Amino acid sequence: MAVTLNSRIPGGPLAQKWERHRFEMKLVNPANKRKYHVLVVGTGLAGASAAASLAELGYTVETFCFQDSPRRAHSIAAQGGINAAKNYQNDGDSIYRLYYDTIKGGDFRSREANVYRLAQISVEIIDQCVAQGVPFAREYGGLLANRSFGGAQVSRTFYCRGQTGQQLLLGAYQALSRQISLGHVVSHPRAEMLDLVVIDGRARGIVTRNLVTGAIQAHVGDAVILATGGYANVFYLSTNAIACNVTATYRAYKKGAFFANPCYTQIHPTCIPVSGEHQSKLTLMSESLRNDGRVWVSKKPGDTRHPSQIPDSDRDYYLERMYPSFGNLAPRDISSRAAKRVCDEGRGVGPGARGVYLDFADAIKRDGRAKIHEKYDNLFEMYERITGENAYEQPMRIYPAPHYTMGGLWVDYNLMSNLPGLFVLGEANFSDHGANRLGASALMQGLADGYFIIPYTIGDYFANNAKVVGQSARPAVDHAEFKTAEAEAVARTSRLLSAKGKKTPAEFHREVGRLMWDNCGMARNEQGLKELIRKLPAYRESFWNEILIPGSREELNGTLERAGRVLDFLEFAELLALDALTRNESCGGHFREEYQYEDGEAKRNDEKFQNVSAWEYAGPRKEPILHSEPLEFTEVKPTVRSYK
Amino acid sequence: MNLTLRIWRQKDAKSEGRMVEYKAANVSPDMSLLEMLDVVNEELIKKGESPIAFDHDCREGICGACGLVINGVAHGGFGGTTTCQIHMRKYKDGDTLTLEPWRAGPFPVIRDLTVDRNSFDRIIQSGGFVSVNAGGAPDGNALPVPKEKAESAMDAAACIGCGACAAACKNASAMLFVAAKVSHLANLPQGQAERYRRALRMISQHDREGFGNCTNQYECEAVCPKKISVKFIAQLNREYMRASLTGAARE
Repeated sequence: MAVTLNSRIPGGPLAQKWERHRFEMKLVNPANKRKYHVLVVGTGLAGASAAASLAELGYTVETFCFQDSPRRAHSIAAQGGINAAKNYQNDGDSIYRLYYDTIKGGDFRSREANVYRLAQISVEIIDQCVAQGVPFAREYGGLLANRSFGGAQVSRTFYCRGQTGQQLLLGAYQALSRQISLGHVVSHPRAEMLDLVVIDGRARGIVTRNLVTGAIQAHVGDAVILATGGYANVFYLSTNAIACNVTATYRAYKKGAFFANPCYTQIHPTCIPVSGEHQSKLTLMSESLRNDGRVWVSKKPGDTRHPSQIPDSDRDYYLERMYPSFGNLAPRDISSRAAKRVCDEGRGVGPGARGVYLDFADAIKRDGRAKIHEKYDNLFEMYERITGENAYEQPMRIYPAPHYTMGGLWVDYNLMSNLPGLFVLGEANFSDHGANRLGASALMQGLADGYFIIPYTIGDYFANNAKVVGQSARPAVDHAEFKTAEAEAVARTSRLLSAKGKKTPAEFHREVGRLMWDNCGMARNEQGLKELIRKLPAYRESFWNEILIPGSREELNGTLERAGRVLDFLEFAELLALDALTRNESCGGHFREEYQYEDGEAKRNDEKFQNVSAWEYAGPRKEPILHSEPLEFTEVKPTVRSYK
Repeated sequence: MNLTLRIWRQKDAKSEGRMVEYKAANVSPDMSLLEMLDVVNEELIKKGESPIAFDHDCREGICGACGLVINGVAHGGFGGTTTCQIHMRKYKDGDTLTLEPWRAGPFPVIRDLTVDRNSFDRIIQSGGFVSVNAGGAPDGNALPVPKEKAESAMDAAACIGCGACAAACKNASAMLFVAAKVSHLANLPQGQAERYRRALRMISQHDREGFGNCTNQYECEAVCPKKISVKFIAQLNREYMRASLTGAARE
């Protein structure tokens, strides 16, 4: 435990920390900025906004994404909205309230100073996006419209129909496109990061594979930014896009970056239930539906009646019953667990009985079908396309699914990992959402990190290290470390291709994903986790012999891409399970069955676990080393999170 | 159900391609079309053959990555749907499905059903943005936007950049794509400063990429998964005309 995690939280009162820090940070002279080269991996909200903003300041930037265009990152899938403490609705919102809600929503496991800064910056994000031409919903008077969303009692969510993520990403992508056209950014689409290069303890570059030609190539920079999203696909079935993966962050972990709180995974309550073995992903229905839909199951286990045949007296509107003040809007982890509980009691609905109803009948009666159509038609249409059922006529069936991961690489207040020069933004880092993320907060965090934090903090890093980073101190691309990293990446892909076993990457992924979901999903216990930890290494070991990948390295080879990602998931799964086992408490999305109150609510252990678990890689087949960052709350007192 | 698939196979950009026939057996009606292809691919991998390459990612109809010409129609012809959102219940036992990549010069085939759409990125880079740097933006409510204008901007902004419009057009015109971005920004006050320059530059880049001209066949609108209206092409024409007349062209 030699390492001390220095979170670099500035001094002073909470509300003034960011202001003070911005003044205390060093600046890079405008004329010198072009001498610093930044590599940005991932072009979702965090990556694209960071790349564009850094280029605007004058830094030279290269971006990398595995998709065919920077516009396609999975940020596009966010439907619901983005929070900001504008208080445009005059309903009592404030920066302090957004901060408080986020801290409480995160079950007192996030870093207070980061969360407060996020709430402060939220206000600027909306202004920036409006200026870019993001077509937010408007009222008749022309002002911005808001709705209440995902466990908030104020209306602070800004939205663009059901396409908020898409529109915000297009805003960032367009800003990035402008910088590309000006020659300040070089974009590398269809390029996947295979490794991080660390020289003398500093992140100095990356190794990528060109997914079209197969060429493996090193890139040198003065800083590396990872904005590569989360790892929910470790469960195989999730609402993430098919190609979302843990590779970039896991590779960085193996190169010395600490991985924080991997066991904090979010299970979203409103997804379309699984329909069969062939299923490749799960589809989320926006949480906004819970504003008008009522969640229920039959009071009787095994009730196979059609929903229309079940009278009100036989229905259990369990969220309204258990959480009267929040009702159907109870936060995600709470709603998800409640759904699991009623299904475990045998009261689930639909094929396989893993589902609950989300019913719009009352809303249609109250507001009319036209109003519901206006609000949710795209979602109802999507639901019908996938299930063949009409949600105007019969209740939707929904079930929780892995959706977002709060854990990620450990970062300090400057969003820099423990490896100097390696910055981590958006879902890929761990800092702001604690053990549970509130709805409409992911977009806010991605853009806060990219537009308004990294432009300041990266300058401080460059200015403080001017002797060792920058144009004159940059290592050459044929430096031994880069050559070694390239050779290792080539060797690894060649080894994968030479196995010629019998199993496809998808088969491995599905098996391990199922194992993770059953033992480390919505509810976890010591026995299941130990069993899981015992079973996982066999998959990792057998992978190298049993994997079957046709084709070669020097071509577009989707099977090879997937194999590399699945292999990293297999290894990472062990870390996630270990973290879940060692965190002997329940908090937010991490629910350990041994630690609950009589009514089934999560029971935290603040005395022992009011901290961040940051894991250090110790070598192959060695248990990683646990470091701990204590969490302090100066403004709010951790309480039992109650939504009753 | 059991289906016959006829699929375009092409090793890389330089190789010749050809149609190859495959059988898809025991297809569940609840599967998506891409899940059906996943199953076919798993079988191909098991046989040591190279699976069929196709672009896809979110599989919920929003990322714009997927796009197949299915039985001659981009995205299959079910109206307002991307390829990934087609479920097999739309077909019946014994059907033959012909799957081809987007066909347009500026979308060269990379492999099988995968094409290169960087031309679309370059069109956006030519002017599909508002030139504002991060920081210093006025309050979001400082400039009211009439609801109808905001809605119209959103209608246009809904484009996901999949390329179906150009793939469906006999001229391989991407005017609907350009019109969507030009109209989205022209309908908002924030887009006014660069309104005309944007229209001119994007159209000129569109032409330079080798996309053809619009001859009002409306095939693009018919296949657009986001149902972007051709009225935006009319707006684009007006923007272009005004831009040419106001002198923005000389900049």
